Amino acid sequence: MANEIAIGAAAPGCKKVDPILIADGVVRQFGGLTAVNVEHVEIPRGKITALIGPNGAGKTTFFNLLTGFDKPNSGTWTFDGKDLAGVAPFKVARRGMIRTFQLTKALSLLTVIDNMRLGAQKQVGEGFFASFVRPLWKAQEQQITANADSLLKRFKLDAKREDYAGSLSGGQRKLLEMARALMGEPKLVMLDEPMAGVNPALTQSLLEHIKDLKSNGTTVLFVEHDMHMVRHISDWVIVMAEGKIVAEGPPAEVMKDQAVIDAYLGAHADTDLGTVEIKSIKAGN
Amino acid sequence: MDLISIFSLAGNALISPMTVGYILCAIGLAVHFGYTGLLNFGQAAFAALGGYGFAIATLDFHWNIWGSILFGLLCSMGFAAILGIPTLRLRADYLAIVTIAAAQALRFYVGSSTAEPITGGSAGLSQFGQEFYNLNPLPADLTFNLGTVSLTSGEVWIRIVAWAVVVLAVIFMFALTRSPWGRVLKGIREDEDAVRALGKNVFSYKLQALVIGGSIASLGGMLFVMSSQTNQPSNWGTNFTFITWTILLLGGAATLIGPIVGGMVFFALMTLIESVLGIMVDAGLLPFLAVEQVAQIRFLLVGLILMLLVIFRPQGFSGNKKEIQFNG
Repeated sequence: MANEIAIGAAAPGCKKVDPILIADGVVRQFGGLTAVNVEHVEIPRGKITALIGPNGAGKTTFFNLLTGFDKPNSGTWTFDGKDLAGVAPFKVARRGMIRTFQLTKALSLLTVIDNMRLGAQKQVGEGFFASFVRPLWKAQEQQITANADSLLKRFKLDAKREDYAGSLSGGQRKLLEMARALMGEPKLVMLDEPMAGVNPALTQSLLEHIKDLKSNGTTVLFVEHDMHMVRHISDWVIVMAEGKIVAEGPPAEVMKDQAVIDAYLGAHADTDLGTVEIKSIKAGN
Repeated sequence: MDLISIFSLAGNALISPMTVGYILCAIGLAVHFGYTGLLNFGQAAFAALGGYGFAIATLDFHWNIWGSILFGLLCSMGFAAILGIPTLRLRADYLAIVTIAAAQALRFYVGSSTAEPITGGSAGLSQFGQEFYNLNPLPADLTFNLGTVSLTSGEVWIRIVAWAVVVLAVIFMFALTRSPWGRVLKGIREDEDAVRALGKNVFSYKLQALVIGGSIASLGGMLFVMSSQTNQPSNWGTNFTFITWTILLLGGAATLIGPIVGGMVFFALMTLIESVLGIMVDAGLLPFLAVEQVAQIRFLLVGLILMLLVIFRPQGFSGNKKEIQFNG
């Protein structure tokens, strides 16, 4: 597996056979805290890559930086061969890199179908003057609506088509946000904790949707805490801790990596707590 | 004063050019707040720029009526751009602060002695509507009786034009809000980051909304000053803005006919309360009130009604109850 994706051995910052996103020297500091400090990372095209790490590892900040929602102190990155550093978020999306948010952003007072329609790119009717001339955008609108309906069906939201998005459950909103991102036909879809707050029954169908994305040729990069899920669907795992990339590789191997275990469980995970206590008592503490 | 004259006055308030002026400002505010979520507390300034732009173009530049209307529109568009470009990238509250401050600054400036040669200072401008009334096709001796209120030919003419503008504004809004353009605005109102992540230039849409809402308000301002042909700084105080907000919330913020219903109800109610209180004071029923206090006390009552409305019917008269339930 490592050979299909990476050139050479799997190691933090290793080169990929066919990267879609390459980031170099991305640093983001909040005052004295360095939230993100990524020297080099490549995201493989057409694969599902999981970005994991403990709370506060800088995963979401890294997402925000890559998509233009936050500005780094330094760093460059290219998407599909084109420089993307300092590009406004809406232009990032137009280039084919569409993200979702950890705290779901369903547009509550729009219907589900309008949420979906809004996701489509290059809409003629979104121009001010063109919006008055319905014949200019009617056909495109029908096309968009047809796309939206088929996606809603795939995500089992078709029954909710005319409901306000605000009336959906948390899990359904996650689904809607993912489906809406797909309306833009992204080359790379970036999902920030797609499973957070989703019930287990729905998780299974979400996993299937993410796998479907890959089979349609879309690259997926997602942040997740659930190890079971990561193991189940990802082709490649990148581990972040304290802002840095500490490990990379196929899921089965990464899980065994000492750096990952340290990052998640602490560097002294294998030390018996009982022994620590006895030692400290003996030392007179 | 009898019942017929009370209702005649209220009826006239329903359709008066002043009511229409406020209605158009409220429609503009519906574009800003109802559809895009922009907090504009300086709608008076947009209306004032319409009124002053028109009057100055007519009196000083000697432009014809169409050129003057265009100039009034351009003034408020320019104002929207000046306010919007620096503030629309910031959080929503900053626009509120900047608009309320800019509206006050503008009002003090046009009333100052520095600006007097152009704006007429605190006395304002007058007699700029001759060409408008010359366009009146109605016979000059026509009178229209609305109960005990008698309207002259010119007064009927401005009411016809004013309501025609309202109809056009509503058609314009209908076309905009059902289009994909309007959908982007509503998306921005709900969550602008989500819309940004979908590849829409949020800043550009917010600026467009600010300019369009401001332009509609400036038309309202022109009609407002046209009925009396006087335009004074005191017309455009913060109370103008807050009455506009009241009308918008009365009718329903994100609706097409809300501002119309809200405006008509508001002014009919103001007139009714004034008349009824006036009668009661005359009859000695309210010994603690003087006749000259009646005009002030009605604002208090309207405020009370507004509070009750916001508590018991937050969506306004014509809003959709469902839309209110997801707030938060």
